[in-house]
Amino acid sequence: MAAVDGEKKPVLEMVQADGTDEGCVTFVLHEEDHTLGNSLRYMVMKNLDVDFCGYSITHPSESKINFRIQTRDGVPAIEPLRKGLNDLTDVCQHVLKTFEKRVSEFRSQQGETMD
Amino acid sequence: MAATMSNVDEIRNRVILGEFGIKNVHTTDYPGNYPGYDDTWTLQKFQKTFRIDVVQMDETLMEFDMVGIDAAIANAFRRILLAEVPTMAVEKVFIYNNTSIIQDEILAHRLGLIPIKADPRLFEYRNAGDEEGTEIDTIQLQLKIKCTRNPRATKESADPHELYHNHMVYSKEMKWVPIGNQADVFADAKIGPVHGDILLAQLRPGQELDIVMHCVKGIGQDHAKFSPVATASYRLLPEITLLETVEGEKAERLKRCFSPGVIELENHGGKVVAKVVNSRLDTCSREVLRHDDLKHAVKLARVRDHFIFSVESTGILPPDVLVTEAIKVLMTKCRRFLNELDSTEME
Repeated sequence: MAAVDGEKKPVLEMVQADGTDEGCVTFVLHEEDHTLGNSLRYMVMKNLDVDFCGYSITHPSESKINFRIQTRDGVPAIEPLRKGLNDLTDVCQHVLKTFEKRVSEFRSQQGETMD
Repeated sequence: MAATMSNVDEIRNRVILGEFGIKNVHTTDYPGNYPGYDDTWTLQKFQKTFRIDVVQMDETLMEFDMVGIDAAIANAFRRILLAEVPTMAVEKVFIYNNTSIIQDEILAHRLGLIPIKADPRLFEYRNAGDEEGTEIDTIQLQLKIKCTRNPRATKESADPHELYHNHMVYSKEMKWVPIGNQADVFADAKIGPVHGDILLAQLRPGQELDIVMHCVKGIGQDHAKFSPVATASYRLLPEITLLETVEGEKAERLKRCFSPGVIELENHGGKVVAKVVNSRLDTCSREVLRHDDLKHAVKLARVRDHFIFSVESTGILPPDVLVTEAIKVLMTKCRRFLNELDSTEME
C-alpha cells in the first residue's frame, strides 16, 4: 500500500496504530478534499458494520485527507471502505441515469409546446 | 402535512427555522440512531425515493429539483461543478508587441478570464513542463490589431468612434489559429471566445497589440478561469405551515411577511383568511418571527432532502452537460480508489 518511491505519486495509504487490529484504520486519500471526503463518509456511516467514520483535512496547503474507519466485530476496515466506494458509484450511476432521462423528457415536452 | 408528522420524523426530515436559530441542521439518519428505523443504505430504497424534476432549462441556465439524496452527495455535485469540471482557457500569453497603456500582465490576466468556446472533452491535459503544446492539448489564438486615425472624420469632431479606427479592442478580435489537423477535426466547432463583445483594451492612433495565446485544459481548483459555471448553487425547499387560522388585518400582515405568491387571501363568508399557496417561492427571510402576534401561528421549515439546484453556465457547455460531467467526475474519483484497492490486493 505504501507509496512507490520516485515517479508515481501515492494515491492511497493505510495507517494503523501499534497494537490495534485491522478494524481501526486511517486511510490517507491523496489529492482529495470535502467533495469525496464528506460524501464517502456519509456512505460509509450508513454501513451497519461501522462503529465510527470521520475525516479531516490535515492542513489547508496539503491536498490530502485522513479518512478514519473503526468497525464492529473485527471486520477489516477495508471492507466498509470498498463498499462505500461501490455504493457511491451506484448512487452516481442512478443519478446520472435519472438526470439524463428527465432532461430528454423535458426537451421533448418543450418541443411539443413550441409546435 | 407537517402537523401530522411525528416528532422523530420532523427531526429526521426537516430543518426548523426558529426565531433565535436553526434546529435539526445535521443529518442524523444513520443506522443505530433511531430505534425502529432501518437506516442502512440499499440501492433499491434509494431508487424508490430518488427523483429529479427539471424546472427550466436553456443554453446557459438550468433549474432542477433533486429529491431523496443527502446533502453530502448533493454538495459534492455542487463543489465539482464549481471546481472540478474541466474547460479550456488561455494559459500562456506571448506578447510580441503591446504599445497600449494597459500593462502586459494586466492584459494577460484579462485574456485568461475570457471564456473560450471549445469542447474540453475533445482535448487532453498538457503535460507538466511542456511549453510548446500539440494539437491534442492546445488551442492557439491570435490577437493582432493596430489603431489608426480615420481620414474621413470631420474636422471639429471630438468623438473617438469617429476619429479613430480600431480604438476599442473586443474579444471578437481573438482569432483561432488551428494547429496540425485541428482545422479538419474542429471544422464546424467555431472555436473562439463565447462572447465577442468583451472589451479588452482601448488604443489610440499608432498603438498596437500583437499577441499569440495558448489555451489549455484545466480545472477551477487550479484557477477560477477554468470554472465552467458562472454559479452553481442549491437551496432546500421551504415548507410553511399555518398552525391556526389567521384572519382579517393579521392575514394581510402575514401575507406581507413572505415573498409575493407564498400566501394568498381567501374569502370565507365575509372573512379574509390566509392560506399558504406556494412555499417554494419564499426566501426564508423569517420576517414573520418579528411579529409577536403572528409568530406562533406559523411553522417555518425546510425539507432536508429536497435540493433546488440552479446551474448557470458560462456558455462553453450547456448546463445539463455540465451536470452529467460533474456526476461522472465523482464516479471517476471512486473508481480511482477502487482500482488502488484492487491493485494492492493483487500484490
